Amino acid sequence: MQEVKWRRLPLNSNYAVAYAVKDCDVDVIAAYPITPQTTVVEKLSEFIANGELDAEMIHVESEHSALSAAIGAAAVGARTFTATAAQGLELMHEMLHIASGLRLPIVMTIATRALSAPISIWCDYSDLMNTRDASWITLIASSAQEVYDSVIQAYRIAEDPRVLLPVMVAYDGFIMSHTYEPVYVAENPEVIREFVPRRKTWLTLDPDKPITLGPIANPDWYYEIKYQQVVAMEEAYKVIKEVDEEFGRRFGRSYGVIEKYRIEDADIVLLTYGGLFGTVREAIDAMRKRGINVGGLRLRLWRPFPAEEIIESVKGKKLVIVLDRAISYGARIAGPVALELMSTMYRMSEKPEVLSVVVGIGQRTVTEEDIAEITALGMKYLEEKRVPNQTIYWGVRA
Amino acid sequence: MSQSATSRPVYRSPFDLPREEYLAPGHSLCAGCVAGMIVRHLLKVAGPNTIVVTATGCVEVSTTLYPYTSWRIPWIHVAFENAASVASGIEAAIKVLQRKGVIDPNKRINVIALAGDGGTYDIGFQALSGLLERGHKVLYVLYDNEAYMNTGIQRSGGTPLFAWTTTTPVGKVWKGKWQQKKPIAEIVAAHRIPYVATANPAYFIDMVNKFRKGLEVDGPAFIHVIQPCPTGWRFDPRYSIKVAKLATETAMWINWEIENGEFRVTVPVPKRKHVKHYLRMQGRFRHLTDKEIEEIQRFIDREVEYINKRLGKEVIGPLVE
Repeated sequence: MQEVKWRRLPLNSNYAVAYAVKDCDVDVIAAYPITPQTTVVEKLSEFIANGELDAEMIHVESEHSALSAAIGAAAVGARTFTATAAQGLELMHEMLHIASGLRLPIVMTIATRALSAPISIWCDYSDLMNTRDASWITLIASSAQEVYDSVIQAYRIAEDPRVLLPVMVAYDGFIMSHTYEPVYVAENPEVIREFVPRRKTWLTLDPDKPITLGPIANPDWYYEIKYQQVVAMEEAYKVIKEVDEEFGRRFGRSYGVIEKYRIEDADIVLLTYGGLFGTVREAIDAMRKRGINVGGLRLRLWRPFPAEEIIESVKGKKLVIVLDRAISYGARIAGPVALELMSTMYRMSEKPEVLSVVVGIGQRTVTEEDIAEITALGMKYLEEKRVPNQTIYWGVRA
Repeated sequence: MSQSATSRPVYRSPFDLPREEYLAPGHSLCAGCVAGMIVRHLLKVAGPNTIVVTATGCVEVSTTLYPYTSWRIPWIHVAFENAASVASGIEAAIKVLQRKGVIDPNKRINVIALAGDGGTYDIGFQALSGLLERGHKVLYVLYDNEAYMNTGIQRSGGTPLFAWTTTTPVGKVWKGKWQQKKPIAEIVAAHRIPYVATANPAYFIDMVNKFRKGLEVDGPAFIHVIQPCPTGWRFDPRYSIKVAKLATETAMWINWEIENGEFRVTVPVPKRKHVKHYLRMQGRFRHLTDKEIEEIQRFIDREVEYINKRLGKEVIGPLVE
């Protein structure tokens, strides 16, 4: 086996995606421009234009067609890629369910962005959270390096015959998509291609062996077919961990399904996802210096939800503060991850208090000071034994 | 960019078509439905090295009731509005996979998108225009039964003037649809693709030869086929082909093609019948007054004049009965 040679490049997360897609030798890319995703496809276009990647670029006329074309391409056995954000993700929502229902291993990246109206190009996770029930495996990265690595892992996961589900890799729009970090990319992409070998693991449209894909299923069959997706998600959970571990052994970097930061002895845990975790870690270090027993937990895998790992990590803690960057309007606990955490914890005999906090909506800045103040508020509630059973909307001028 | 030169021979009689059937019997299309006949012959022309994308619609639900299928070639249905986009993805994938040697580069695989009027005129229009503009080598076949028949006869952009549908009912105020049919084939032709045609299953040899040409050009081809629908048009199922024939005899439907920019009427009609012969056979036009029929006739007269003028000769003749 050839050894990987790394090249350290200054890349934003969008470019990290493009490098990973190139290194995975993707066959078909169908995409439509939308801020803040656009530079992913610009970079990929450059790669193709310069002969660095042999792929067909379909310059579709909408995101709905982007995913539709990716579905068509995957259905004949091509390795496919698309990327989008916000309104584009909403426009392709119908196709999300069909891509997973047809069990096609498509990989898509999301530079997360707030949803209109009012229109906003800036980051939050309201676009991603709306895809929760679409049966896509969903990874949320928190660094450009992790974005690069996760896209590579995503193809291995998606194309695994035990899984055959599409995978989304999400990261903060602008905050990550347009900020540069040092990223190690393979100088010899053959090594990456060895890790994601071309395998015909799914049924394809082949004239030598005709199949009918996407038929109509009545009440006597529909349920069974959809249940197979439930099973696939369960299988995926194991495969995701396996692939990440193998990636770690092979390339020296792995992430797990959750990331823990100084939580072993912590009483209070700050749970969040995406690039915000960097700020949370800094804030934890600062608070630790002031003697506050706080740690951090990052959700890297959103679907399938890593319930066991989360339960293990919060066991014995006094308070979990969940920082969500999306709102489920009308819900008492309006942070999607807070809601998920609370339902996951329901059967725990001794469970920590949970404080649901919404932050960073439409990319309202979240600083270390905000995190420290939120933590102080949580501790006060805890002390007074009155942690509210409803979401706090942090920093809003209401 | 293209020549319609010809791996397939010109069809001169039904006996020139292959005997092989690629659309298996046992589907659940209505009695007298012409869509089955259109698809059956389309597949005979295309042969086994073909992938078909079908938009949601009558053909899709009637031929693939899980766990059964009528399709003996690879077939996919994704959704209502995106047959053209899915076909684009398939075509691009075949191209790159042949380049990379994953699919045999010497194998010629036809990609066909098949959709009804709803999936083409209306909800699928944007995807269609995108495919045409990008120039994918895909044959797009529109089977036009002039309403949303699969959901139960609702008005579409392809529904003709004054036709009754369940969403343009005939009442004290409304008298059927109040707009003209969208000239979809001409709109497609405005994309300057290598091949556009209209076809009528009653002129069967003309239709299959158009399928042949559509599969041979190097780029997108679009064939708009009229598909009389006994259920939605309200006529006895045994008259489907008779109704189809009357559509052309009255010039309500003109069979033409544009091959590399050259416009031709492929089925000249030297003596034209009055539109009433076509309209009076169908329950969807039962409510029409003589005045309304004359309004339709005047519209058709203008269309005929336009076609003849465009060709500089009289291919569609005067009204004789």
